[in-house]
Amino acid sequence: MRDFWNTALRDLGKIGVAYILITVGVWVVFMILIPQLIMFDYSLRPMLPLRDIGGPKDVWTLKNYLVFFSNRLHMAIFFKTIWSSLIVTVTALAICYPIAFYLAKVAQGAKVGLLMIGLIIPYWINELLRLFAWQIILADMGILNQLLIFLGIIADPINFRMGNGAVILGMTYAYILFMVFPIYNVMESLDKNQLDAARDLGASWLRIHYKIVIPHAKPGIAVGCTMTFMLAAGTVAAPQLLGSPSSFWFTQVINTNFECANWNLGAAYATVLMLLCVVFMFMMLKLFKVGLKELTQ
Amino acid sequence: MGQDVEISGVGMRFDEVYAVRDINVHIQAGEFFSFLGPSGCGKTTLLRLISGFMDPSEGQIKIGGKDMRGIGSNNRPTAMIFQNLALFPLMTVEENIGFGLEVRHVQKVKRQKKVEELIELVDLHGTGDRMVSELSGGQKQRVAIARALAVNPAVLLLDEPLSALDLRLRNHMRAELRNIQRRTNVTFIYITHDQTEALTMSDRVGVMSIGKLEQVAKPDVIYNTPVSSFVASFVGETNNIDGQIIRVDGEYAVLKTVTGSFLCKNPQHMETGETATIFIRPETVFLVTDPNAENGLICRTRTISFEGAYAVVTMTTEQGQIFTMRLNNDGTAPRIAEGENIKVGFSRENAFLLKTGGTAIA
Repeated sequence: MRDFWNTALRDLGKIGVAYILITVGVWVVFMILIPQLIMFDYSLRPMLPLRDIGGPKDVWTLKNYLVFFSNRLHMAIFFKTIWSSLIVTVTALAICYPIAFYLAKVAQGAKVGLLMIGLIIPYWINELLRLFAWQIILADMGILNQLLIFLGIIADPINFRMGNGAVILGMTYAYILFMVFPIYNVMESLDKNQLDAARDLGASWLRIHYKIVIPHAKPGIAVGCTMTFMLAAGTVAAPQLLGSPSSFWFTQVINTNFECANWNLGAAYATVLMLLCVVFMFMMLKLFKVGLKELTQ
Repeated sequence: MGQDVEISGVGMRFDEVYAVRDINVHIQAGEFFSFLGPSGCGKTTLLRLISGFMDPSEGQIKIGGKDMRGIGSNNRPTAMIFQNLALFPLMTVEENIGFGLEVRHVQKVKRQKKVEELIELVDLHGTGDRMVSELSGGQKQRVAIARALAVNPAVLLLDEPLSALDLRLRNHMRAELRNIQRRTNVTFIYITHDQTEALTMSDRVGVMSIGKLEQVAKPDVIYNTPVSSFVASFVGETNNIDGQIIRVDGEYAVLKTVTGSFLCKNPQHMETGETATIFIRPETVFLVTDPNAENGLICRTRTISFEGAYAVVTMTTEQGQIFTMRLNNDGTAPRIAEGENIKVGFSRENAFLLKTGGTAIA
């Protein structure tokens, strides 16, 4: 530990070390610790009229959590959110794995740059606008329905926005980049000769991916899946804009609580969602046998 | 058992540029054949064509008499050892060696037995369950060899696999490779830019210049009777003197140069008036005492570097031509000092005339 400080002081100087300590400290304390602790504190207190706050009734209680676990509808929405986010994650992985592989190991030169720009361009536009675009595409008399009617595939417009389909589609689209880049990054570092060697030894393409590429890309896949899952489970815009009443998302329940001025219940729900994401991350690490350290590669 | 590899009229174009062109060579079954050439001469391309990573733009490659066009690398009777070895870092030594068998669905018991045999063959006992990252350079080399041999290839392709090793280990692995080749009788096709490697290990060597095959012959033939200026200058050290042929006399010819006229072998049967270059190996140059000896020239010694078994004497002629001589350290050579004027010469048998130009970087 002393060596660590000595090296840091020698390499960065006092001002450098102080700068890093202050910026990292501010970030950790003000952006991570304090907001989360405040939220956690809120979640443990009952909702009280303003005059009772700080009074004898304002004590820590698990009541808000019990409300959640006893509300069947909210539990159902919670599990549906998990399930749908998993579908978004798996769909995004299925789409992004080949894209990442193509970018990292097949495409060469200018093609890589063009494809990268192609992936990034949609993100130049605000997420809300992108979701509105999907609304227009999927509307009853939207582009997709008109096209299908024009091609004679259907006679009457389909209501794409019934159920969860549109939300899942919109989210998958929105989070592709978060899945592609981590996987692309690790695949980049895979020696192409290993693919050639495996091929030369008689392996089929499927086997090469199963035995060589996927084991190598595991940390990236774990990061991509974790990020996509968290974003999907935590977004409120996509279900709001693309969802139907039947596709209520857990974030919308949280949002409603805050809107109804029951911040305490909202905070409890938000804590539950956060715990879910943490649990999911560790499950991913376990599933892909990746350590926390490798995640940051 | 090895199979023969017949390369006829093979050319490979990338965009409009030929990486290799008009390659014709018949490599015999069980032969140790080396392609020797400078980097960028297309030897790796040729190896990748044989291994099936790509098909040639023109010509034909036959292995064991069978045309290989359209057959992918996973279905050819070849195995390749890559320059960087390309071992699988997330697998153990055994898993690496057994990979080719596993993907061919060889039963586990049979696979295990074969892997053990190979570990024995390449002298790796006790390392089976280690990760390849824990091995030394030489051990990694052996794993790569074993992994390639596991699939019982008829032809083993080696892409400069020794280039990353230090000199001692490289010498050792050369002997080892030669040994394994003799024991397994697999056809070895080896590519290298290292002439010593090619000359010491191979039954035959094919010397490549940019994209083309200059000469295919046994190592001693390549060294003693190169067919082109490129081969003469790329393989081994040479002294070169440019000039013009003034007289042809049977197998010999006289070349007039700025440093004098010299009588040399004329293997390309060039005519009077043609420009040519004389190539003389430093070890065939000797000190001259007889004033009337043929092919003598006066030089001033510049540097003498003692290499142990011999010393390399670098000299310049009066006209500034650089000339080197190797003096064996056998106690017979007279003492020479740097900056001394001496007379050296060479025999007409050891000097050969070749068409000027196309030499490798001297």
